[in-house]
This record gives sequence, structure tokens and C-alpha cells, in this order.
Amino acid sequence: MPTVLNIVSPMDALPPPKMEGVDVKVFYGAKQALFDVSLPVRNRSVTAMIGPSGCGKSTFLRCLNRMNDVILGARVEGAITLDGQNVYDKTVDVVQLRARVGMVFQKPNPFPKSIYDNVAYGPRIHGLSANKAELDGIVETSLKKAGLWKEVADRLDQPGTGLSGGQQQRLCIARAIAVSPEVILMDEPCSALDPIATAIIEELIDELRQNFTIAIVTHSMQQAARVSQYTAFFHLGYLVEYGETRQIFTNPKEARTQAYITGRFG
Amino acid sequence: MANLAQPATTRLNSPQAVARRRRQYMRERAIEALLFACAAVSVVVTLTIVLVLIRESLAFFSHVSIVEFLTSRTWTPLFSDAEYGILPLVLGTLLSSLVALLVALPLGMVIAIYLSEFAGARVRETLKPFLELLSGIPTVVYGYFALLIVTPLLQATILPNLPGFNVLSAGIVMGIMIIPYISSLSEDAMRAVPDSLRDGSLAMGATRLQTSIKVVVPAAFSGLAAAAVLAISRAVGETMIVAIAAGQQPNFTFNPTESAATITAYIAQVALGDLPHGSIAYQSIFAAGLTLMAMTLVFNLAAYWLRKRFREAY
Repeated sequence: MPTVLNIVSPMDALPPPKMEGVDVKVFYGAKQALFDVSLPVRNRSVTAMIGPSGCGKSTFLRCLNRMNDVILGARVEGAITLDGQNVYDKTVDVVQLRARVGMVFQKPNPFPKSIYDNVAYGPRIHGLSANKAELDGIVETSLKKAGLWKEVADRLDQPGTGLSGGQQQRLCIARAIAVSPEVILMDEPCSALDPIATAIIEELIDELRQNFTIAIVTHSMQQAARVSQYTAFFHLGYLVEYGETRQIFTNPKEARTQAYITGRFG
Repeated sequence: MANLAQPATTRLNSPQAVARRRRQYMRERAIEALLFACAAVSVVVTLTIVLVLIRESLAFFSHVSIVEFLTSRTWTPLFSDAEYGILPLVLGTLLSSLVALLVALPLGMVIAIYLSEFAGARVRETLKPFLELLSGIPTVVYGYFALLIVTPLLQATILPNLPGFNVLSAGIVMGIMIIPYISSLSEDAMRAVPDSLRDGSLAMGATRLQTSIKVVVPAAFSGLAAAAVLAISRAVGETMIVAIAAGQQPNFTFNPTESAATITAYIAQVALGDLPHGSIAYQSIFAAGLTLMAMTLVFNLAAYWLRKRFREAY
């Protein structure tokens, strides 16, 4: 197991890290986007990553389920652990990893299929259900957990693309949780949504943390303050400060964090 | 230079400026008219062709009943006891096109999936010109290829009783010819699918192949269907390959291992001969041509409809 570096000294009350970045460096071609980031994502809690555009917060998030693999010329150094195992290890199957670490994107991206088929997509490719009844059950439970069931129960065969933006994003959340991941990554999940849809998603995130570990990238500091228990502030590819959300927003240790959260730059 | 010191409105309203704007306006209008004329040429030519086809066909149908034309199973306009049933020719056309599609659709789609979802930029840029070359080969070469290579090959291997002229060889070779139509239109359709959908699928733990087949292909369905239909349309209109390799005997058959004539092959065969101008046989060419045009029109409309109907807006 690689050395665990904690920026704040872990207190007994803090949940253990579910995932952890250790000295993570990311390069896009010759350009380095992330510098020695060490950051825990604690079990069954919400970790928010904030910072101005281009600060590396999304880059770090995409390391957690190796979505950077898709980007041509991207290179990751350091270690990302999931339950202590390095996900960049050669023996790790990226398909397995992504089944355990799900993701919700900035723009809702339902597949051009029915609502049912969207949610059933993951269980089907991973062979998680033995029969139709079981699959029906997974779809229903997932939609309920995503708070969408009541709105779509009578039209599961309608295309997912026909829903409103906020419903589409909840559909994407249902799709992600249908494979029972342990961690859910959210890359600015509300940036394309109106305030009401945003409030619903935020409420949902708070419920989901009972069962899942959540890492969320957000542009909105109010959102980070509302939904997260831990906050990491990134700037220019460096992790500037990490701590409990209350501490970061009320009593930041770093001057740059203070300046950012009070709106002096960003 | 002194002008620059004046307020902008004064300069803009000076007689020179007004005259210049007027000239500019006239020139714009002239260019616009020219562009319109160029676009109008294609419409005028198409309409003229259709009018000629209809006029000669009307003359034909004043001798031959339209019911016989559409229902009789015999097409012998050059015989003394002539019969004018277009069905054998239509069937020959559809049969050869169907064989072509059965060859081109799977191959073209697989190529498109590979090029769009798997091939790196360099492989793609190397492969595509070669692929486009397939449609650049003169069809007369394809025709002899079907007659002199593919047919003997089939006879020597799986179909020893295959006649020298047959629909199967012509269809197979025609299929090879239309592969680039299907693959390049399909590739365009698949590349138009936004990466956000691929990311969504990959992030679910799907492999690239699963992502291609379960997400990208359905998302690009309208484009893929349109590509297939346009390729059929191209196959239906193809002349040389079928004229050379499929035989020129109108034959009411559903069996591709027999010989048959297509509409195009009939027209090519008869139009070269010395038919007296104005005879029924001469007019039959136009009736056949009109039928062919109606068929391709239907296919093109179907492609247009498919593209609109199943289009996914992103």
C-alpha cells in the first residue's frame, strides 16, 4: 500500500478515505495540468472540488475513474487508490474500476434510448441481472434513488432525451447508480440546470451520501458549502487547501483560499 | 486624410460614399443573380428530362395499357408478338440491388465503425483514399471483373452450375462498388455523434466495442439508414456491371443464380440499336426510364424521410 499523505491530520471522527490521490501529476502532452496532488475522498461523504476554470479540479476527478485514458496524449503519474489499491496498476481492469466508480457529467448525456434502457444499460453490459424481473427491479430502485420514479413510472418506454434538463440529469444519476457503484463522481452536474432543478439535485446528493462516496466538482462555492462535508481548493494545477467544508469556508488557512471564497479572484 | 477629421456621419453621407455604396449594392445583386442562375440550371435540366420522359411515355401508354405494363410478367418489346410487362426488369433491378446491399451493408458498416470509433487519425487518413478509390473504378471494369473473375470463381468453388451470366456475380461486384458510399456516409453519421455520449458509456464501464454498437450506432441510426438507402439508389441506377455480367434476358425470377436483365441493362442494350424513331419499342425505353426514375426517387425520398424522422438533436 502506498504511503498515505494527509494534508490535515486525520482525527478519529473522520471517515476513512475511500479513494485517495497520492502525488498525482497529470500531463496533457508537454503541458502539466496537475502538480503533486494528494487528496483523500472520504467514505460515505461528499468531497467538493472548487477553484477557478483550468485549475485542474476536473482533471483530478477524471483520474479517479481513469477517464483521462480516453484523452490522447494524457499521462498520469503518482497513485490513485481505491480501498488501498492503485487504480493505475497494470492488473486493474478499467471496466471493473468504472463499474465501481461511476460518473455524472456536466451536460446531461442520456443515450438516445428509452428511459428504461438508459438505466438498464449498465446492468446489461455488466450482466448484473439474471432475468427481466430482476432488471425491472434494478431499474425501479435506481430511478427511486435518483428521485425520478414518480415522474417517469408511467412512461419508461419514452426516450430519455425527451425529459427536461433536470430530469435528464437525474436519469444520468439513476443510470450511474444502477450498477451499484461505491463512488460517484460528479463533474459540475448542475451547471446546465436552472435553480429549481439544481436544488433538487443538491437534495439528492445529500441523500445519496448515505450509500455512496461522492466527489463533486463545482463552480459554485455556495453549492460546495451546501452539499459537501470536505472541500478541496485547487489553483493553477495545485491543491491549495483541503479540509472540512465548514473550516474551509469560515476559517481558511491559506490566503489564496480566503481570496477565492470571498470572490476576490476566480 | 482631412476627411478623417470630420464626424463619421458627414463622411458616410458624402456623395462619393453614397455612390460607392450604390455600386457595391448593384454588384452584390448581380452576383446573387448569377449564383441563383447556376443553382437554377440543375433544376431546369432535371425538369426537362422528366418532361421528355413523361411525353414519350405518354405516347407509349397510348399503345400499351398501363395495367399490362405493370402486371404482365413478360417483357419482349422487340419480338413480333411483343409484350410489355415491366415486372421482370423491375425484379432484376431489385434482385441485383438486394445482393449488392447484402454485400455492402455489413462490410460498409464494419468499415465505418472501425474508421470512426477505433482507427487513429493516421490510419484513417491512409485508408479513406483507398476506399474512395473503389467508387472511382470505371463500372465497365467492374462488369468484366464480375463476368471473368467472380463468376468463374463461384463456379469453381461453391456453385458449379452457375450460368456464365448471372445476377449473383453482378450483385456482389456492385456491392463492392457501393461500399464507399455506405462506409463514408455512415462514418460521417457516427462521427457526428457527440463525444459526451461515448464518455457516458465508457464511464459506465462499457468497452469501446460495446459503446460503438450499443450507443453510437443507435444514435447515428438515421444517418446509417439514409446511407443504406442512398447506396441502394446508386445500385438501382447502375448499368454497366449488370449489362455485362447479369445477362440481358428479361427473366421473371427471384433466384439470383439465374441470369436476368435490369431496367438499365435493357435501356443500354436497346438504345444502342437502330430502333426506328417513334416506334413502340423506341418509346418503351422512355417508359422504362420513367419507371427507373420513379424507383430511385422513392428511395431518395425514403432516405430523406429517414434522416428527418429518426434524427437525434443534440
